Amino acid sequence: MSVNIAETGPGTRVERASGPPAPGKKRTLSLRQRIWRERWSYTFIIPGAAFFLVFMYAPMAGNVVAFQDYSPFRGVEGSPWVGFANFTAIFNDPEIVTALRNTLIIAFLQLAFAFPAPIALALLLHSLLSEKVKRLVQTIVYLPNFLSWVIVISVWQQVVGGGGLVAGILDGFGMPGFDLMTDAENFKFLVVAQNIWKDAGWGTIIFFAAIAGIPSERYEAAAIDGASGWQRTWHVTLPALVPVATLLLILNIGSILTVGFEQLLLQQPMVGADAAQVLDTFVYFRGVLGGQWGIATAAGLLKGVIGTVLVLAANKFAKKMGGEGIF
Amino acid sequence: MVTATTTKTNDRPPWMNPPSPLIRAVKAVVIVLIVITMLYPLVYVIAMSFASPEQARAGVVFPTEYSLDAYRAIFNGGTVLQGLRNSLFITVVGTVLSLAATSMLAWGLVRTRQVPGAKFVLILVLATMFFSAGIIPNFMLIKYLGLLDSTWSLIIPGLISAFNMIVIRNFFQGLPGELIEAARIDGAGEWRIFLRIVLPLSKPVLAVMGLFYAVGYWNTYFNALLYINDSEKWPIQVVLQQYVLAGVAIPGAVVSPDQPPPPGVTLQMAVIVLATVPILLVYPFLQRYFTSGVLTGAIKG
Repeated sequence: MSVNIAETGPGTRVERASGPPAPGKKRTLSLRQRIWRERWSYTFIIPGAAFFLVFMYAPMAGNVVAFQDYSPFRGVEGSPWVGFANFTAIFNDPEIVTALRNTLIIAFLQLAFAFPAPIALALLLHSLLSEKVKRLVQTIVYLPNFLSWVIVISVWQQVVGGGGLVAGILDGFGMPGFDLMTDAENFKFLVVAQNIWKDAGWGTIIFFAAIAGIPSERYEAAAIDGASGWQRTWHVTLPALVPVATLLLILNIGSILTVGFEQLLLQQPMVGADAAQVLDTFVYFRGVLGGQWGIATAAGLLKGVIGTVLVLAANKFAKKMGGEGIF
Repeated sequence: MVTATTTKTNDRPPWMNPPSPLIRAVKAVVIVLIVITMLYPLVYVIAMSFASPEQARAGVVFPTEYSLDAYRAIFNGGTVLQGLRNSLFITVVGTVLSLAATSMLAWGLVRTRQVPGAKFVLILVLATMFFSAGIIPNFMLIKYLGLLDSTWSLIIPGLISAFNMIVIRNFFQGLPGELIEAARIDGAGEWRIFLRIVLPLSKPVLAVMGLFYAVGYWNTYFNALLYINDSEKWPIQVVLQQYVLAGVAIPGAVVSPDQPPPPGVTLQMAVIVLATVPILLVYPFLQRYFTSGVLTGAIKG
């Protein structure tokens, strides 16, 4: 029986207990012997692997209904195949044009405002000198991330909705009728504002990790060279955040067609589909509620494929620009 | 230039000039505004849920007269309580099962070099972070498995998150190898090592991941909307959406038959508070670990 050692880290495996000829001897074990030797390890792996196969990979096969005139009553076997008819139907559907436009506008606004927000917040908090204040503010700004969208939107409703806190105050100044939550025109900005409120604080955590990794000598050297506080931020702190920001940007680009599904689903009744229909809500309303399963699945599949292609492209681009990709 | 003047904050390194009063004032104002924006809405909702009926109807910036009527009425009604019970079940059972399944898989995938096939499974798991099958295929799977309208449909599909698995696996990789090696030499089996050595040493990461899973289960909304028709089985988030956002009246929400029901606003606020309180309760425990590097180390790795 050979004894093997847990890896203590990538590439640092120590091979001691199995005796001097271990490296050569190991390779002579047949695959079957190696599997038998590790049979207990498979009791850990197989249940989890089965979970991922059933709940993450098997549903991929369900996407075949994108090529069918599917109905749950007939099932996959009984539904007629229609080729690319669902996809042609999508491209001729005015509603999906609205959904796509809304998705892209919201994604663009998120990228422009919600993406830099945690970076700005992290820099601001980093510039605070008192550790105590910093810790306290961090605790407060992290909190909204843990609230569900239902709670967040309910709270916003009570504050900036009709009859809410702000409406009450404005009413007192003779400006009645304030209701941000049903304002279709500014809805997309509302969505981004909610996103910043909920996630900007938590988003700083990864940038703090990057800032913590900057050796303090670098600031010291910059200060001795006469760099002001602003210059230190610009030339020392910001460059250290670029790799993390690039990574997040790549991931963001991959999910550009996925904008706050629950957030928009919950608010669509208040502002209407023209303002709040995005691709994901389109799939839900058309497919699950509307019964047009084939068309909705086709839209979902198209979205997924485009998202994957975008991630790969963004990753490649980041590498080409001399940065680091994610894989 | 080192200044000899003592300042209030002693965290300032010696090479740094004291910041100008103007910049400090601007920063203070911005920070205070941020804190108010984050905190006041929550404080307002909590305060208004305890507001007296008169003040709630009048609408005030902050109530000064208090009453517990809203909570009494909600607990008489029963629907909200049922939602809280459902969510509690999903959260407790889900978190325990998730932690067990995730840490098992993570331990199985630590020794990718020795275990044939482990690397392949690891890649299989990692790839799921970049795609998802979509709403309708997932719905079809749940239907096919006969889990529609079952509470388990809110637990099983989210049992293992690839991200959490990676975080736990990273932590396992950092455990002292000699200890585990010694146990193997002594003839301890994989399960014995896992249960007696690995898990007890991994309490910090299990605590963080457990709380992450718990928050996720407690916040379950869309899956419940999709899979659960029976309102008796709704988790609190769906109940909240119905009564607060969709404006459905809470059935049976009266303090006593001979008293007018509390104003809708306070009832709504009270439901929001009840749905939020568990998060606020675990938050201080969760918060301790944020700076410990358990998470950020994994993100980098």
